Amino acid sequence: MQSCDIAVIGAGPAGLAAATTAAKLGFSTVLLDEQPAPGGQIYRGVETAGADRARILGPDYARGRELAKAFRASGATYMDGALVWNISTDLMLDVSRAGASTQIAAGSLIVATGAVERPWPLPGWTLPGVTTIGALQILLKSSGVVQEDAVLAGSGPLLWLMAAQMVDADVPPRAVVETTPRANYRAALRHLPGALRGRGYLTKGLAMIRKVRRAGVKVHTGAEDLAVEGKDAAAALRFTVKGRAHRIETGSIGLHQGVVPNQQITRLLRCDHAWDASQMCFRPVLDTDGLSSVAGIYVAGDGAGIGGAKSAVLRGEAAALAIAARSGRGDAARSGAVRAALSRDAAVRPFLEALYAPAPHVTRPADDTIVCRCEEVTAGAIREAVDLGAPGPNQVKSFLRAGMGPCQGRVCGLAVSAIIAERRGESPEQTGYYRIRPPLKPIPLSELASFTPADRAAE
Amino acid sequence: MVRRIDTGGGAPVEFTFDGRPVTAQPGDSIAAALTAAGIRDLRDSVVSGAPRGVFCMMGSCFDCLVEVDGVPNRQACMVAAEAGLVVRRQTGSVEVPV
Amino acid sequence: MTGAASADTLVIGGGLVGAAVAWGLARQGEKVIVLDEGDVALRASRGNFGLVWVQSKGSDMFDYARWTRRSADLWPDFAATLTEETGISPGYHKPGGLHFCLSEEELDRVRAQNRRMHNVNDALGYGAEMLDRQQLDEIVQGLGPDVVGGSYGKHDGHASPLYLLRGLHAALTARGGRYAADARAEKVERDGDGYSVTTARGTFRAGKVVLAAGHGNTALAPQLGLDIPLRPEKGQILVTERAAPLLPMPTHLLRQTDEGTVMMGDSHEDTGYSTRSTAPVIAQIARNAVRCFPALEKLRIVRTWAAVRILTPDGAPIYQQSQTHPGVFSVNCHSGVTLAGAHALALAPMIAEGQLAPEMAAFSPERFHGQTD
Repeated sequence: MQSCDIAVIGAGPAGLAAATTAAKLGFSTVLLDEQPAPGGQIYRGVETAGADRARILGPDYARGRELAKAFRASGATYMDGALVWNISTDLMLDVSRAGASTQIAAGSLIVATGAVERPWPLPGWTLPGVTTIGALQILLKSSGVVQEDAVLAGSGPLLWLMAAQMVDADVPPRAVVETTPRANYRAALRHLPGALRGRGYLTKGLAMIRKVRRAGVKVHTGAEDLAVEGKDAAAALRFTVKGRAHRIETGSIGLHQGVVPNQQITRLLRCDHAWDASQMCFRPVLDTDGLSSVAGIYVAGDGAGIGGAKSAVLRGEAAALAIAARSGRGDAARSGAVRAALSRDAAVRPFLEALYAPAPHVTRPADDTIVCRCEEVTAGAIREAVDLGAPGPNQVKSFLRAGMGPCQGRVCGLAVSAIIAERRGESPEQTGYYRIRPPLKPIPLSELASFTPADRAAE
Repeated sequence: MVRRIDTGGGAPVEFTFDGRPVTAQPGDSIAAALTAAGIRDLRDSVVSGAPRGVFCMMGSCFDCLVEVDGVPNRQACMVAAEAGLVVRRQTGSVEVPV
Repeated sequence: MTGAASADTLVIGGGLVGAAVAWGLARQGEKVIVLDEGDVALRASRGNFGLVWVQSKGSDMFDYARWTRRSADLWPDFAATLTEETGISPGYHKPGGLHFCLSEEELDRVRAQNRRMHNVNDALGYGAEMLDRQQLDEIVQGLGPDVVGGSYGKHDGHASPLYLLRGLHAALTARGGRYAADARAEKVERDGDGYSVTTARGTFRAGKVVLAAGHGNTALAPQLGLDIPLRPEKGQILVTERAAPLLPMPTHLLRQTDEGTVMMGDSHEDTGYSTRSTAPVIAQIARNAVRCFPALEKLRIVRTWAAVRILTPDGAPIYQQSQTHPGVFSVNCHSGVTLAGAHALALAPMIAEGQLAPEMAAFSPERFHGQTD
């Protein structure tokens, strides 16, 4: 068993900043991450991407290099390829690495496990060739691989960023099929004055959209009734615009409806969560430093509520500074500066959240659409279970096996809660979410059988 | 089709997918190398038998499961593509030799 | 909800015990309302292992052995009826069941247990049979070297506790019963000839009330002249990814489900009402499973969970009717699957009659008093 003052999970912007700050403050710090190199998803492959890729991915991506470099120099222990599969309330981490499980006892924990893409169940979304747009971007970042003739569908900044990067890579998408409802523009307008404090984001966003349109990419807006056609793989995307049917043949369809906090660890730890009506997702209930309702457990980065990479760095630093302050090693001036910067960086969020709020059809899949991909549970089956009296996602899980597959509800969780909430006529806050159980990812029985955890009273 | 805009510069390696040679570049996961080779169909669902492929590329969705060197249900997006790996498409549930 | 919904019987608790009794009452023509808690509650039914187990039950209380046997005998018909009424199969199979022994001491203990049950079970052909290693190998391939022998019960079987619960809820609804979630019973009071139950979703009235709320029964008991001595005991379970068929029958430690997943777990922990999974116990269960069946080590564990057994002082069920509150019954047991057949098809008709049959007197909590005198 190893021990440390501060354990950080996740090597994206928040985790890197948190671990770097903590180590520099003199704490023994361990950063655990499942990937082979630092960067998280936003800075995937940042230490190794060549000049071409860096040019296409732009200066925002290149900034990840400095973060990774500062982290490498910080003195924090880096455990790559490490899967944290269980955490007890007294902060004992069960970690699988290179085929063996060990334990790390932490004084404090900073959870920086970022975001996942919002589930968007639609007919045919399980066919090979249908991916998330995040997946397409990871292929570009880590391998320089770009799909030709891809159709990008959905809504949100990442949709446009990916389209613009594909234009820069000279492999423009075949089409962009945007689902942003027209009503969102009116709703967003109200937040425009506040968003002007963060006009850098607005300028960049408009430039991306302009770039895509100028490149001659066909852009459909206000799309509804999306469905993927195909027998053994994706063959075409169907949709309607103002009632008119469209069909685009393609073998690569990228889906995106924004990102939402990855709740697996905070749910495992039974931290309190609240429904964020603006971001349309659950996030852990945190104080201004990122401290959750469970003692010693902090959350930083997009896992604390979506704020983007810049905010993630600041929140990572804030969490480490807060832990330092508790042991008398704080830096009040720096903490204040971080808070001010966070507030500035967040100015654009209400505008973006209103503009890119998922269209109503995103959270209301048709009855025969698969929602839980692992166990192939349809929206209709979930509605039937609710009609039978199931009061929430955990009863639905046990009636239908939804969320019982290897992904443990990572993909479908939010969609299942939304369907139940709508059927019961309540808010997702009332509906709640899956209880998440260890192991956070599947572990071979042989590994568990040869695991010798410390026998401690705490659970 | 798929285009590789750059290779990152290192020496490529080769592994097999269902016996067919696949070239991978340094930094590729198995999923990335298969995608670059135009291979989309990685397994049949254990529930319905429907085909599945890469979906999230970040270890979340467990859709890209393949058999790697005889070990089934590995996440292709989380396993580095190394020379000589024997990767197979999966059908049905895991068979455990008794 | 406002006003009082009324029924012939209110069943408090919508888990396997409550749902089986409720459906059984509905089959008797009663109007039944099940009052249950919400989505997150202490729910033993969601954590159940799924055995329909005869061989080890009641070695110290033959009435319990007989009652268990009766339920096992009712199970085939019970499962078929449920499937017919709802289209949802509880996945019942009766291939027999095995208890593997990993040491001579354990083998002796099981042998002694089977001997004690000789008179009650063997004579009728229900007894478990002791098997040596060679005999075990003829039934199951791939046993680990540490397995020295075991016992085989041909009346043992297994079912899916999750589909069983769903089927019972569906069958209850199909027979006009009602299931009210988020309606935790706070108070039960006399109301004219019957009773009223106060919940967060309003007040419910009925002539009869069945307490089937697991550990929730203990808080309600004193209001109704009932004595329900229960203690919590945690059990943790691990489940693997789906595998092709490899276990021909369930065992006390391992069971392969119809989906192909293998469940494992036999922990008995005195940790109050906690439902956390803990690494030391997970690792111990994994070791035991691999010792019994080494081939399992290649499978991945997808999920673990824990549930809290509802244990009486002697481990056998408590069935009782209140002497002070006629028409109030309580059902308390940790064998929600094994006893589901008896609860639905034998116990419910008694409750419908308003009177437990004389043979049920053995299950009264009075058995815990005066024994040491």
